[in-house]
Amino acid sequence: MAFLELSGIQKRFGETSAVIDFNLAAERGEFVSFLGPSGCGKTTTLRMIAGFEQPTAGTVAVDGKDITRRAPNQRNVGMVFQSYALFPNMTVAGNVGFGLRVRKQPKDRVAKRVTELLELIHLPDKADRYPYQLSGGQQQRVALARALAIEPQVLLLDEPLSALDAKIRVILRNEIRAIQRSLGITTVYVTHDQEEALSLSDRIVVMSEGRIEQIGSPFEVYNFPATSFVASFVGTLNVMTARVAGAAEGRLVMDGQPIRAARPVTIAPDGANVTIAFRPEMLSMGEAGANRLRGTVQDVTFLGSIVRIRVHLASGATVVSVDTFNDPNLTVPEAGAEVTISFPPEAVLVLEAPPAATAEDLIAEA
Amino acid sequence: MNRLSRLAWWLVFIVGFLYFFLPLLGTFAFSMRSQPLFSAYAVVTDDPQFAETLIYSFIVGVLTIIVSIALIVPTAYWVRLRLPRLRPYIEFITLLPFVIPPIILVFGLLRTYSGGPLPLAGSDFGSNVLLVAAYTVLSFPYMYRAVDTGLRAIDVQSLTEASQSLGAGWLRILVQVIIPNLRVSLLSGAFLTLAIVVGEFTIATFLARPAFGPYISLLGGNKAYEPAAVSLISFGLTWIAMGLISLFGRGARTRVQVVGAR
Ligand SMILES: Nc1ncnc2c1ncn2[C@@H]1O[C@H](COP(=O)(O)OP(=O)(O)O)[C@@H](O)[C@H]1O
Ligand SMILES: [Mg+2]
Repeated sequence: MAFLELSGIQKRFGETSAVIDFNLAAERGEFVSFLGPSGCGKTTTLRMIAGFEQPTAGTVAVDGKDITRRAPNQRNVGMVFQSYALFPNMTVAGNVGFGLRVRKQPKDRVAKRVTELLELIHLPDKADRYPYQLSGGQQQRVALARALAIEPQVLLLDEPLSALDAKIRVILRNEIRAIQRSLGITTVYVTHDQEEALSLSDRIVVMSEGRIEQIGSPFEVYNFPATSFVASFVGTLNVMTARVAGAAEGRLVMDGQPIRAARPVTIAPDGANVTIAFRPEMLSMGEAGANRLRGTVQDVTFLGSIVRIRVHLASGATVVSVDTFNDPNLTVPEAGAEVTISFPPEAVLVLEAPPAATAEDLIAEA
Repeated sequence: MNRLSRLAWWLVFIVGFLYFFLPLLGTFAFSMRSQPLFSAYAVVTDDPQFAETLIYSFIVGVLTIIVSIALIVPTAYWVRLRLPRLRPYIEFITLLPFVIPPIILVFGLLRTYSGGPLPLAGSDFGSNVLLVAAYTVLSFPYMYRAVDTGLRAIDVQSLTEASQSLGAGWLRILVQVIIPNLRVSLLSGAFLTLAIVVGEFTIATFLARPAFGPYISLLGGNKAYEPAAVSLISFGLTWIAMGLISLFGRGARTRVQVVGAR
């Protein structure tokens, strides 16, 4: 029996369905992320675990107990908010000790535990500060300590790093993960940042429009996306349409040019259109791989350690992104240059029938 | 251009200053006409009724503030948290005392409570209760706006949910989390309430209460210089109260909410 179990969860707000048939079983100590674009229902699902929203249907169970109808203050669930939500009228120590005082613990126990937690979050000397005297990153650490102080059964974090700048975000996310590991606390982490989800999680739940698109380890979700949505949302994958030329041998035609997949196409017959995907880093300039495509360079972007080259295929309609490692000896093609790009058959993922909408469209709509 | 606008600013400031202080100066000069100098003030402080009525009004004011806060804070909090669509209606209701004159209010109270199941107006205690109740209604526009503005300055929903997830119930959330963060708002609402209560005449008179407002008016009917002196003293007390508020508010980070008065 899983430690945290969501079964058949639905949530409707009037006409809108925020969450549709959500099922998840998380093990004790597991770090699970909800990943998806804004408005896909991540926060709503988290709030149903916390008890701030009642599911329209379905149950929430922790450690085998159904807590669906339990009030939020009867759940023993720790919550960290994007806005920190520290009590402005209390010091750091007052904030961290709040839950313990609610539980009527003796003063010296509270003080001892507060000291422990402030050490855990590396702010031992800030006990008497007020929240407004701390930086955003420090405030969020205090909020984390406050949530952990009550030794919750489940820790919930709703985009806790979104309000911080990039550097602090990476530092803090590693700290959150380290603390989570050392305490072995079951954690649900909401984010719209795929890098955050990939780097932190034991498992990722990718969501779109209230539905689960895929549940899997970061490795599975990144390398074997189940749907074109996952493919394009997790990483900037090239998602395009191809026609099946020989299903048994994995032969496809894309943009009028033949390519091969490593595995036979099972989901569609010859002549049908399918969605295929390949990661920018699986492609390379030149003729090294078995699959070759001709095209024209549209533009080149430096992304630090990576150079991304976008190539128009022959027809002009399809644009493919190619990533190569940045290297001073690299000869970067000019925009407008005629190039050949190549990739191995293993790089080609054949997904479902043609996509109704890609993640980019959904993000653009949101 | 810059110098010109600065000049204009000073002009406006001086006109405003004069508009505000000339009447005070006039009142002061008038109170000084009684011989010997300051005798008007001496009479006023010697009259035991001055202190009695002022203390009475002060106690009524404090009770009004307590009742008003006890009614308004949970209401405004709940409306912000759970019933945001009701906000315009609640706001309208709290503004009613601006529309309904006190004379109507007090006659309504007298008619309702002179007989029937609750003949409050018949006894001293009952009349005091009615007075506090009426003043509580008068304080609504000030108190509600002060509290509502204060609530807008904090993230009510997140603070509530953070407290709940830590195990807190409603009473603890209100007393330990919400109210401490409304300190400045509550002080400014309280101050305005006190100011209204201390000067109020109509309701106190018709309920036959020994309050400060009727006392000043009585004094005005009988004496020439003393009412001027009393006005200035109550004005001074007002400023002391304001000073106390800014002193209390200094520790708080929320701005002092200056609430629109009549
Ligand atoms: N209290 C609410 N009332 C009405 N609609 C809501 C409410 N909360 C969320 N929604 C809707 O539910 C959907 C999911 O929202 P949310 O869970 O906040 O998404 P996410 O956290 O993934 O950005 C959105 O369409 C949102 O507008
Ligand atoms: Mg959200």
